[in-house]
Amino acid sequence: MAPVIEIEDLVKDYRLGEVPVHVLKGISFDIEGGDFVAIMGPSGSGKSTLMNILGCLDKPTSGVYRLDGVSVAHLSRDQLAEIRNRKVGFVFQQFNLLARTSAAENVELPLLYTDIPAHERHERARKALLAVGLGGWEDHQPSQLSGGQQQRVAIARSLVNSPRIILADEPTGALDSRTSLEIMAIFQRLNREEGITMIVVTHDPDIASYSNRNIHFKDGRLKRDVRLAQPRDAHRDLADLPADRQEEESPA
Amino acid sequence: MKKTAASIRIALRALKVNRLRSALTMLGIIIGVAAVIAMVGVGAGATARIQEQIQSIGSNLIILLPGSVSTNGVRLGSGAVATLTEDDAKAIEAECPSVALAAPTVRGGVQVVYGNNNWATNVQGVTPEYITIRDYTMLSGEFFTAQDVDAAAKTAVLGETVAQNLFGDSDPTGQVVIIKNVPFTVAGVLTPKGQSPTGQDQDDVILLPISTAMQKVLGANKANAKAVGAIMVQAISPQAMDQAIQEMEALLRERHKILPGQDDDFTIRNLTEVFEAQETSAQVMSILLGAIASVSLIVGGIGIMNIMLVSVTERTREIGLRQAVGAKTGDILLQFLVEAVTLALLGGIIGIFVGMTASLLISRFAQWTTQLSPLSILLAFLFSALVGVFFGYYPARKAAFLDPIEALRYE
Repeated sequence: MAPVIEIEDLVKDYRLGEVPVHVLKGISFDIEGGDFVAIMGPSGSGKSTLMNILGCLDKPTSGVYRLDGVSVAHLSRDQLAEIRNRKVGFVFQQFNLLARTSAAENVELPLLYTDIPAHERHERARKALLAVGLGGWEDHQPSQLSGGQQQRVAIARSLVNSPRIILADEPTGALDSRTSLEIMAIFQRLNREEGITMIVVTHDPDIASYSNRNIHFKDGRLKRDVRLAQPRDAHRDLADLPADRQEEESPA
Repeated sequence: MKKTAASIRIALRALKVNRLRSALTMLGIIIGVAAVIAMVGVGAGATARIQEQIQSIGSNLIILLPGSVSTNGVRLGSGAVATLTEDDAKAIEAECPSVALAAPTVRGGVQVVYGNNNWATNVQGVTPEYITIRDYTMLSGEFFTAQDVDAAAKTAVLGETVAQNLFGDSDPTGQVVIIKNVPFTVAGVLTPKGQSPTGQDQDDVILLPISTAMQKVLGANKANAKAVGAIMVQAISPQAMDQAIQEMEALLRERHKILPGQDDDFTIRNLTEVFEAQETSAQVMSILLGAIASVSLIVGGIGIMNIMLVSVTERTREIGLRQAVGAKTGDILLQFLVEAVTLALLGGIIGIFVGMTASLLISRFAQWTTQLSPLSILLAFLFSALVGVFFGYYPARKAAFLDPIEALRYE
């Protein structure tokens, strides 16, 4: 499959006062469409900066980044917004759901910035919630949902505009290990069944072991790029877990 | 269009979530708009009242009074010598093209008696032209005719105040009143005019044929039997007033044989001009009131800006998220602008109702005439929308140009 992400000699500098800080020091790699990649590295290694560039929230200082064959270097603010809207789904560590807003409306949010008519927006939001196992929870507000459920709403939101890639920045960072597994099971299913390219930033090797490929960063450089011969299956691991806690799965 | 509708929906929801804050923010605009509406209403009412009074003294009215004369170097006051005559009035009407009507009048104070009642009032001896010039109409009965004047008929027309004091609520027409021991038949009653611009009761008057008044009631001037107290002149149009004054001045100087360089022996008063000055000052007053009220509207606008800035800061993460999922600069700008304009417009609408109520209360309790014009209401509404756009733009722009990465990271 053709690479959905192509990076050549990517450099990102920040200026902190007079001193330039080199965050990314010339990185090159490709990510095939339909791959499941974990990006790892200690804090300060530049992986968040890389994620921001991959997600078109930020532009590289130099080097080439092509998303789906399109170079983003010369795109305007609004053109980047449009790419984010059409091709990228974001999942954050802190979920970033709108408070006092129903799950369905949270999921619909990216569609508000398209020309899709209201009834189709509602329908797509409903389907996306169904895809993450939250059918029937449409009218619940974030405060009425557990952490795992909130993250699943956020995943549904990232799915709703049928993106090429989903970027997840520490998606399990705020969740317990069982819920983390559930999230990874959803990611694996979306990756296998929908063919969505998954890119997950994590510092947890356990989480990384569910991906197909691990890319390690250190000090702004690519240190190691490992393809996993036998990624673990989150769904199976979940079934093997002792049933110490049964999360409520039907709406209250 | 769909996106605009979505922005409006998002904005309305944000306002609803912060109900108390939204209400307090609107209060500034409500007070501002209400103040503008009420103050302009008071100003317009005052102007209208003055205009009404100007109308009541008669349209295009010029008054000729006997002037000062000097005899052997002693200058006497205005009206000290009766220099104007009925013939002057006739000549003015006949020879001045800018003059429509000229009515000679004499006046004096009398005690009028009816049965057990009596009343001190003014008598005016006039001709039938007088009611045209002064825009009088009849409440009941008929005004006397030119034949009555020629025949010096003993007929009288009463002002409303006089009629009330002598007859109460019964119709005086056809009754007989005694003035200076002379019985007069009441021909009719004038429709009340209320106060003159100078505060006189224009209905406290009895109108008699000028001939009768001079012969039987006031007594004719010994030196000049035809002398009159004043001549009321109506110009043919408001524009012809100055022209009429010039024509009359020239004519009277010629008729009175006044040499060039000598002072006029008469005075010409353009009353309309005097009262128009009052009207102008009332208008200036209402502009001033409106301007002061507008200041509070601007203060209300600053309140909106303040709250919108707080709101943008508070919702930085939300803005970052919206940007991340594809909101463009314009989408965010529109969202916050719509919030500000909605606050301003809602405040404006409520303010209009408060202002209208206030202006009704002012006219009820302070007895001031207030006048609400649709134009001032429309202007207040548009102005509040403008305030929303003007004071909402800066916070909205600030939100729209946030860096999405910074915004998402904001704690």
